[in-house]
Amino acid sequence: MKLSYFAWVRERIGKSDEEVALPAGVETVSDLLDWLRSRGENYEYALQVPEIIRVAIDQEHVDHSERLAGAGEIALFPPMTGG
Amino acid sequence: MAPKVTVGEARIDVAAETEALSGEGAAGALVTFIGYCRDEEGRLSALELEHYPGMAEREIRKIAEEAAERWPLIAVRAAHRHGKIAPGEEIVFVACSSRHRGAAFEAASYIMDFMKTKAPFWKREHLKDGSVGGWVESKATDESAGDKWHRI
Repeated sequence: MKLSYFAWVRERIGKSDEEVALPAGVETVSDLLDWLRSRGENYEYALQVPEIIRVAIDQEHVDHSERLAGAGEIALFPPMTGG
Repeated sequence: MAPKVTVGEARIDVAAETEALSGEGAAGALVTFIGYCRDEEGRLSALELEHYPGMAEREIRKIAEEAAERWPLIAVRAAHRHGKIAPGEEIVFVACSSRHRGAAFEAASYIMDFMKTKAPFWKREHLKDGSVGGWVESKATDESAGDKWHRI
């Protein structure tokens, strides 16, 4: 599964995207954020306040309760500041 | 009517975009909005806009299509830039035309309110002293601006 990161989430993690194999039990967006935080200090720093992290699955905004099954690309990013 | 949406680095030719939507005969009103890069009292040398390629255009199109369903619009145009933008330059351009002004005003405002909170763009400051400043934080007022459209 491809993960993409944007803005300060990308900077804090230290990469813009990566391929990951999800361990068993990681079924929702919320599970994914918890699992990523356990992968190292950079992930913990980027995702320390998980409730503010916005998530898109295959370029559609989703809630943290959304299931990951069937997802191609998952993007994690801060609240948007365009316009 | 299909909204025209573009996302790119190049300057937006506001005069040409406005001209392209005027004088069709059917439209009695054209409302345009231009969002500019501020210099923040001379502190900024530029704003850098990061975007999520593909999703940025897709989200803006979705918002523009919602507006076109909600109001009787004749044309909708939305353009958003990414990359480095100097103070005084345009970041975003939205235009809505309709038979009467009410629909055009409301639709343009609706598109801007949702573009700020749904379209995946992030602003970062570049300072006059050559350093890179912080990421612009999202405002609660922007987050809640979309709520009023649920009440109307």
